[in-house]
Amino acid sequence: MLNDSFRFTPHITLEFKIGEKDFFIAGESASRVKKTLQQLGMKQEIIKRTAIIIYEAAMNVAIHANHGTLKVYIDPEVISIITEDKGPGIPDIELAMKEGYSTASHEVREMGFGAGMGLPNIKQCSDELDIDTKVGVGTTLKAKICLNNKV
Amino acid sequence: MTLGELADSLGFEILTGDINLKREIKSGYVSDLLSDVIANIEMDSVWITIQRHINILGVAKLKDVAAIIIPRNLQLDKDVIEKAKEENIAILRDSRSAFEIAGLIYNALKKGM
Repeated sequence: MLNDSFRFTPHITLEFKIGEKDFFIAGESASRVKKTLQQLGMKQEIIKRTAIIIYEAAMNVAIHANHGTLKVYIDPEVISIITEDKGPGIPDIELAMKEGYSTASHEVREMGFGAGMGLPNIKQCSDELDIDTKVGVGTTLKAKICLNNKV
Repeated sequence: MTLGELADSLGFEILTGDINLKREIKSGYVSDLLSDVIANIEMDSVWITIQRHINILGVAKLKDVAAIIIPRNLQLDKDVIEKAKEENIAILRDSRSAFEIAGLIYNALKKGM
């Protein structure tokens, strides 16, 4: 059954394709979603958290995977950020969640990426985080921000 | 204090013309790790970094950074400067180290308040 608020708040889907080492689209996607959220009049704190999650998740795809997609669903109650990639997968998620741990290449680190802060930043900014990964196949990351949640 | 006043009083070289010179500056951040900047830079800040590749502009745009300040007179590509102009991000440069630049800006902003 349709809830009243659903009738008045738009459901928006934004989608981006991310290629290998395509760092620019990661920054660009976060900026574009940020703009959309600003137009919707979202709270500053929600916009900030969403932008950080998108930037970091998209960067992870650009840095580590062969290619992938970023999808952002904006609903009245929740913002969902989903990246799906074909890539090496994450052998040890617990280790990957540790701040400072990174498997990024030297070249990428010299650019200031691969600080080992991506996943910890995402976790800190999400209300829900789910990572599904298969070594040698790829990774799906789902992060949610609840809009009625007081954090 | 505006970016223009700050640049003028501290003698920074301005690489992007008039961009953001009238913008009010409240704070600054020094880091070369992009994730650190994304997570921690405040509103209306200048960002001091030795990173000079095009992706710093993505970070600056996302965080609405008023200006990127490059220390030690390090060189950067014309493409980056052109793109910064398009994206409305100022790029400044100075001969001093990041440490000195941060100290000078900190004091200038403190006095300005």
